[in-house]
Amino acid sequence: MHKKMLLALLSVTMLIAGCGSDDTSEGGTGATAGGGSSTPSTFAAGTTMDALQKKGKIIIGTKFDQPLFGLKGLSGQPEGFDVEIAKLVATAIFGSNLSGKTEFVETPSAVREQSIIDGKVDLVAATYTINDTRKQKVAFAGPYYIAGQSILVKKDNTAITDLSSLSGKKVCTVLGSTPLKTLQERAPTADLSILFDTYSKCVEALKDGRVEAVSTDNVILLGFLKDSPGQFKLVGETFTQEPYGIGVKKDDTAFRNFVNDVLDKAYRDGTWAKIFEKEVGKPTEIPTPTPPPVNRY
Amino acid sequence: MGVVFDNFDLFGRGLRTTASLAVLSYLVAFVLGTFVAGLRVSPIPPLRWVGTVWTEALRNIPLTVLFFVFFFGFTKIGISYFPFTSSVIVLGCYTSAFVAETVRSGINSVAAGQAEAARALGLTFPQVLGTIVLPQALRTVVAPLGSLFIALTKNTSIAYTVAVVELARVFNDLANQTGEAIPLFAGVAAAYLILTLSSSAAIGVIERKVAIRR
Repeated sequence: MHKKMLLALLSVTMLIAGCGSDDTSEGGTGATAGGGSSTPSTFAAGTTMDALQKKGKIIIGTKFDQPLFGLKGLSGQPEGFDVEIAKLVATAIFGSNLSGKTEFVETPSAVREQSIIDGKVDLVAATYTINDTRKQKVAFAGPYYIAGQSILVKKDNTAITDLSSLSGKKVCTVLGSTPLKTLQERAPTADLSILFDTYSKCVEALKDGRVEAVSTDNVILLGFLKDSPGQFKLVGETFTQEPYGIGVKKDDTAFRNFVNDVLDKAYRDGTWAKIFEKEVGKPTEIPTPTPPPVNRY
Repeated sequence: MGVVFDNFDLFGRGLRTTASLAVLSYLVAFVLGTFVAGLRVSPIPPLRWVGTVWTEALRNIPLTVLFFVFFFGFTKIGISYFPFTSSVIVLGCYTSAFVAETVRSGINSVAAGQAEAARALGLTFPQVLGTIVLPQALRTVVAPLGSLFIALTKNTSIAYTVAVVELARVFNDLANQTGEAIPLFAGVAAAYLILTLSSSAAIGVIERKVAIRR
């Protein structure tokens, strides 16, 4: 009895998880039909999906030190939004039972391209901004999230509402960083006299009232939002665009299309929103955005 | 070297800040350190203990940690100063521990008979220290006190971690903006040398002026 209930529960979860029967590939019944045991899709021979399925394992590159997106905590398992997005792809290949079928490898920013090129990882989901320089070396599915520079203020601050209201206000960011350059260009009248070498110092200064705002990529700010619940809030729209994509081998168009299909499906059936809500929305109390349209190039 | 000359005014401002940080902190350190040295040789045990705790605590904690604790930690208990003032306080207190030890060793070098004679004349402890012992003690430790000033000048670079725009910070900003780290390194080294070499020279002059003729 107990076991049956568990199975039922599992199948429901899987339905919600929308395991990627992809629309274009043949035989894509997906794991959704699989009430408990996994019934993965079958793929055309020679595709990466088929190769991975036969191998029985997918190697995923992610960050281990990025709170909310890819963080390897005390459990030893990486957790976060990037990790869950990557698991969606894995589920679409292997079906719902992923135990032993995923391996997470740490890919810090500097080694992401090389790890893909060398085949050390099958895909990278690691706060990986899509840009033209990187597209010369690897291919991107997605974007699955648009990050960007944002502004963190104390919860009770009503004076700062967006980029233009930073005029004359003390704004903290990190010395010599790209966000600093952006602030100097986009908010030239902001008071940038208090700068530090780390963001945690900026947040301390914000707590102490030495500065009125901290500005950098929202993903970093979200981490602080999570760590100090109820103390801070993000204001205004993000004023730069950092589309996060899933990196795959440059010439593997079939796999890239497959990942795009998985993302598309997750957008449509609400899985994406559910994951965002669970991994990012809830810990930081921010509303779930609309997923960005997949860019098939 | 163009990048250094193009930003000469920035370098100049950084140099001025570094110099005023060094001079002001050294004034704090000298007064405080001499006082603490006095505590450490005083006849009253609790005063000696205070002196010992002050010295050992400050000289055994890394300067970066002291900066962090003072600037970010003390704010939480209501002690909050601007970056520059905070830096003068931290650098002054930190260096005062070294000054205290230096002055104490100077005091120990003064022959015991001097203090005994002064006491025999009926001088109180502060009088003995202030009029008989310290004037002789300080003369013997001019050179190490000078070294402390030079060390302090270089230590001021840590103030950039609490947002003071001094030489190291100017270097950092410019290096990040221009990517020309090597000429900037040379420029910043030259700027520090201007400060430290001129203070070396000044120390030499003082040393000759106050030397005890024997």
